[in-house]
Amino acid sequence: MIYFRLFFNFFTTGLFAVGGGLATLPFLSDMAERTGWFTYHQLMDILAISESTPGAIGVNMSTYVGFITGGHPLLGALAGTAGLVAPSIIIILIVAKILEKFRNSPYVQYAFHGLKPASIGLIAAAGWSVFKIVALHTDMLGRGSLIDLFNMKSIILGVIIFLLMMKFKKIHPAAFIGISAVVGIVFSFAQ
Amino acid sequence: MRKYWDLFIVFLKIGSLTFGGGYAMLPIIQREIVEDKGWATDEEIVEYYAIGQCTPGAIAVNTSTFVGYRIAGTFGGIIATIGFVLPAFVIICIIAGVLQNFADLAIVKNAFAGIRVCACVLIINAIIKMWKSSINDFFSLIIFIAAFFITVVFSISPVIPVLVAAGLGLAGGIILRRRNSPYEKIFANRNDTENTDEKTDVLPEEGDQDK
Repeated sequence: MIYFRLFFNFFTTGLFAVGGGLATLPFLSDMAERTGWFTYHQLMDILAISESTPGAIGVNMSTYVGFITGGHPLLGALAGTAGLVAPSIIIILIVAKILEKFRNSPYVQYAFHGLKPASIGLIAAAGWSVFKIVALHTDMLGRGSLIDLFNMKSIILGVIIFLLMMKFKKIHPAAFIGISAVVGIVFSFAQ
Repeated sequence: MRKYWDLFIVFLKIGSLTFGGGYAMLPIIQREIVEDKGWATDEEIVEYYAIGQCTPGAIAVNTSTFVGYRIAGTFGGIIATIGFVLPAFVIICIIAGVLQNFADLAIVKNAFAGIRVCACVLIINAIIKMWKSSINDFFSLIIFIAAFFITVVFSISPVIPVLVAAGLGLAGGIILRRRNSPYEKIFANRNDTENTDEKTDVLPEEGDQDK
């Protein structure tokens, strides 16, 4: 049955893809080859859509693939999404229960003392990779003047948002996201 | 019941506002869970997040389950995850059904280019807020710098630096503990506040779970 196969395929993806949404990509391209549910070209489109919609990228891809794969689209989407998310829920609930028990153990505290700065380092690295896309025209590297290298529109918007965020701490991030989307459309940021 | 509903609504919000994958979720979680609801501290969020990074699955889903569990037990973990996934599920189904060229539309590209600027600033802001609670001595500063550069330069899976750092923290703790270093004092202070928190927050929830 297609729903069961969808669930199973995405369950294994969720189980073995460690390290966030993009880690599911190799599993999905393998799935494309094995099952023929979608082509590699489609996968790239699905990735683009998953990155430009809210939510976790891996989960969005599983919903999309489930939707287009066959049977009733909604049931397919449900099977794919549930498959990808189920291992996370099971593993995290187990880890959380164990951790709760040993929370005050000095060894757990020591491990966290290393874990937390590393985690923030990774977040900073992710921030850096977004920053590169946002602020630099990497294709202009080595061509034109230095100023062409920087995406001035984005940098100006970024600085303004940052200053507003520092000044008005009460404003919800959603407001800034909405404003940025509008500014992006009005000043055609994608060009 | 009220708590489950609150949890569901909060994660529905977080799920609709997380643009660009798990990393963009952090600032929204901070606002909703730490600042508005007071369900967890910045420090706890970093812990859940760190675990989400080195366990299988999407980081955002792992973090949702973890936060939900800590706030309202097993059922809370499930509710939070469903809340987080639901907005994306609906949006993706609509796009897959009627708007397959969604990502190619000029308006979407422009809007998303703008949102990406905001996501970047939000991440920077989240790091500034997290900094105090997690990077409080020379050791953690070195780990932060190393994890950042290793990930940027070698683009490896985040699991490796996270696990190595946990090992180093453990080793450092065991070695330094014998000398009664400041390292130990940080934890001593922290344990005190943790304990009082758990008495008021977590224990009643556990009682509910047993029934």
